[in-house]
Amino acid sequence: MTERILPVEAAIAPEQGERIFVASQWQLMWWRFRKHRLAMIGAVAIIIFYLAVIGADFISYSDPEVTEANFSQMPPQPVRLFDGGAFRPHVLGVKGARDPNTFKRVFQTDPNVKIPLRFFARGYKYEFLGIIPTDRHLIGVDEGRAEETIFLLGTDTLGRDLWSRLMAGTRVSLTIGLVSVALSLFLGVLFGGLSGLYGGAVDTVIQRLIEILRSIPTIPLWMGLAAGLPRNWTVLQVYFAITIIISLVGWTELARVVRGRFLALREEDFVMAAELSGCSQWRIIFRHLVPSFMSHIIAATTLALPVMIISETSLSFLGLGIRPPAISWGVLLQDAQSLQSVALSPWLLIPAIPVIAVILAFNFVGDGLRDAADPYGV
Amino acid sequence: MENEEQPILSVRNLKTFFFMDEGTVRAVEDASFDVEPGKTLGIVGESGCGKSVTVRSILRIVERPGRIVGGQILLYRNAAGDRPGHVDLTQLEANGPEMLAIRGDEIALVFQEPMTSLSPVHTIGNQLIEAILLHRQVSRREAREIAAELLHQVGIPRPAGRLEEYSFQLSGGLRQRAMIAIALSCDPRLLIADEPTTALDVTTQGQILDLLRSLQEERGMAIILITHDLGVIAEMADDVVVMYLGQTVEKGPVDDIFHAPKHPYTQSLLQSIPSIHSRPRVNLPTISGSVPHPYNRPSGCPFHPRCPEYIVGTCETRAPSLAPVGERQEASCFLYEDA
Amino acid sequence: MLAYLAQRFLLAILTVWAVSVLSFFIIQLPAGDYVDAYIALQRETGTLVSRQEAENLRTQYGLDQPVYVQYAKWVALILQGNFGMSMEWRRPVLEVIGDRLALTIVVSVVALLFTWAVALPIGIYSAVRQYSFGDYIFTFVGFFGLATPSFLLALVVLYLAFSLFGANIGGLFSSEFKLASWSLAKVWDLLKHLPVPALILALSATAQLIRVMRANLLDEVRKPYVVTARARGLPERRVILKYPVRVALNPFASTLGYLFPHIVSGSIIVSVVLSLPTMGPVLLRSLQSQDMFLAGTIVLLIGVMTVVGTFISDLVLLLIDPRIRLVGGR
Repeated sequence: MTERILPVEAAIAPEQGERIFVASQWQLMWWRFRKHRLAMIGAVAIIIFYLAVIGADFISYSDPEVTEANFSQMPPQPVRLFDGGAFRPHVLGVKGARDPNTFKRVFQTDPNVKIPLRFFARGYKYEFLGIIPTDRHLIGVDEGRAEETIFLLGTDTLGRDLWSRLMAGTRVSLTIGLVSVALSLFLGVLFGGLSGLYGGAVDTVIQRLIEILRSIPTIPLWMGLAAGLPRNWTVLQVYFAITIIISLVGWTELARVVRGRFLALREEDFVMAAELSGCSQWRIIFRHLVPSFMSHIIAATTLALPVMIISETSLSFLGLGIRPPAISWGVLLQDAQSLQSVALSPWLLIPAIPVIAVILAFNFVGDGLRDAADPYGV
Repeated sequence: MENEEQPILSVRNLKTFFFMDEGTVRAVEDASFDVEPGKTLGIVGESGCGKSVTVRSILRIVERPGRIVGGQILLYRNAAGDRPGHVDLTQLEANGPEMLAIRGDEIALVFQEPMTSLSPVHTIGNQLIEAILLHRQVSRREAREIAAELLHQVGIPRPAGRLEEYSFQLSGGLRQRAMIAIALSCDPRLLIADEPTTALDVTTQGQILDLLRSLQEERGMAIILITHDLGVIAEMADDVVVMYLGQTVEKGPVDDIFHAPKHPYTQSLLQSIPSIHSRPRVNLPTISGSVPHPYNRPSGCPFHPRCPEYIVGTCETRAPSLAPVGERQEASCFLYEDA
Repeated sequence: MLAYLAQRFLLAILTVWAVSVLSFFIIQLPAGDYVDAYIALQRETGTLVSRQEAENLRTQYGLDQPVYVQYAKWVALILQGNFGMSMEWRRPVLEVIGDRLALTIVVSVVALLFTWAVALPIGIYSAVRQYSFGDYIFTFVGFFGLATPSFLLALVVLYLAFSLFGANIGGLFSSEFKLASWSLAKVWDLLKHLPVPALILALSATAQLIRVMRANLLDEVRKPYVVTARARGLPERRVILKYPVRVALNPFASTLGYLFPHIVSGSIIVSVVLSLPTMGPVLLRSLQSQDMFLAGTIVLLIGVMTVVGTFISDLVLLLIDPRIRLVGGR
């Protein structure tokens, strides 16, 4: 039954038929990926997220570390875009007070005090990309401090601005994912490659190891390891320790993919041809094998990233991962751990949105890549 | 007897299209043929010519997005009481009770891949007994006995024990025999064998073909045999239908087709068979070009781009239709239009 | 078949061993040894530990000997049912854990059953009605299920239940049953509290499983044996349910092996958010207070529990797949 048509042929109009025979593997992948609408949306979302990682300080307007006792647990304040019909973005002045009866903090906006927002305004000092010292921010105010005026997403119990903290958290959470996935990739390609290449006893041992790792519940294990990190370690040390802990378990799926491709490709004629023409083992691996399953590895890596991000977020949420004063999505969500705090300031749940969005985006892109990785398959 | 004249199945101008997002694939464009009772009809053609879709259309098991869009498939029966003499299968509901009663009971199917045609997680007996219970009013115990008897008839040794076995425990030849047993379970009047021997080695092929022939003699059932192997056709078929791109291009008795092929496609096909009379070290004639892309169906006669006798100005503009070219032979070609 | 069983059993034993090494490693992580911590603890309460007593403890745990001897002694003690003392609770570890292990199992198993009960029919529906409206809806919901970490879902559900209905959905028991001993009424109370946590725990696994089932089934329904079953005149519903669904169940059953650890793993963190009386909160507290015997034991018990679960899934696979039963191996 060969009545069904290969998807690539189907995807391309007949007059283009000739093109697919001369297209490179990457072109074919791109053509197929492009057709995957959700994957394209996901890709755009990921690009935006990583732009935010690069320009986290620029997009922030308040110093994420600065506490403002007078503006603690402040609900989000809207930005008014128009003033009397003209485009003049501004926020209203806010006064904090205590309710004399309940002692609860209440905030009152003053409709008469209009504080205009400026683009590329001056704010707290930072180093752009870690090298260029500047104090320009996307938005800010001319008079007074942004910390006391703008509250896009409200503040936490210490009066720190949630929007700016969210940006700082995005930087940590998304890079920690990248670093751990890179480590996992290394371990996965190493063990998967060994397993697929040598087979036999090596393969058996590595496969059993992977099975064992997969059948151990990861979170308790991570918790145990993370809790053992010395308390006096610096933020950077903890950051790398957490990366290593996360990637220790995360490599198994990548190893599985690499091994599977190795096993499948080892039997291919072009590998045999290379062997017969006297190519060395290393040349065969890096010139012939790796390029032909690169696309699969990229797809598997993309699907592994969200797992890493969830892991970091979960650990930090429990207080065992990234520790304050460092900021990550998990650290931010830790503030929302109890019902009391969420009931009092529900906006503390906002960091959940980027977590879900970025995981969705990575899953979409990963799915799209996986489908596209096999341009001749179904 | 008038039954001699009446076919048991008559396919007329069948069209089955697949409606894909990217366009419509005309898998069967214009297929017409008759199946005589007790005879074997061979359908031959290159892969992708619509043979399999044609028989799936007969059984009404074409999968979406495929659909029968035109033509008739007439199944003839002995008229009795108010029962009509024939029924048009294209008019029945694909999964309605009438069609279910015909499928497996009056018309049965043997498939090309014995490896995958049987469920990997059910025993042979389970699938065989299921087929028997579905169409016959017998108890489970009786069905079991019938099943063992069927396995015996198709030449499977130790039939009672085999009922408990799974398909992966049988060899390819035995699997195909088991498939045939399932197909025969309800004594069908028409057996459709879709490339029944393609996946088997040559010796087993011969055995399976012998089995089909002897079963046909015993039961007097008609067979539609689909294959791309002209040798099998020569050995087995009484009549032949040649298909190209979903169209019947020529049909007729096997001797006429082999000795006096009329359609250029049939002629090219026959020339491309190696024979012991071929001169050594001479290239076999091949058909020039390749089967067109399914979305790229040629206009007019679908064979014209590859045809050695292409009549410029006619073949690419109009589609020929089947016309008699001999006593019982018909071809769809402009070469014979005025003859 | 026996070879398969033996191989699986061996793997289970190996995994238990690996878990025990990891648990022991976790116990060893903090600076200082157990006896130092014990002495410090006793001093706090005003009891002085005699030098002799300290020495005895050190010998009992082999603290003066190489690490592998310590490990062997620890394993030996555990095999006798002695899991050591919890520093923080000042009670034997097993006493602290109490019902929590059983409750963890109950919550996880209910979540697993729920996963199956929901994913199976939806997966079948989505495959049979591929690209239908319902299929799109389930795919969409499935993606969200995959993308939402269960603890976040727990947080959101907790908040919504509180703000919309003023209900606190945390916990597994009503307050009057929290400390009560087991009775029918308490079991009934547990059953009433189970659905919400089980649902939250099950969501991501369900989403995964729907995708697995749908993909498997889509592969299977195109196979020739389905066409031949159809050609036999079997009604469509029976064709689908008897053949492709049955075949697709095998890989489905084997997902159980990693789904169970996944659910147990998730239950730890969800329990913390929903304050369930399971292992989760105790594990977190023990880790925060460096109560390592308790923490190590919990990791060990959870590990063993999932190994048992995985082994059971292997047995299920053996039961339903004749290819393994008769030929052995995979």
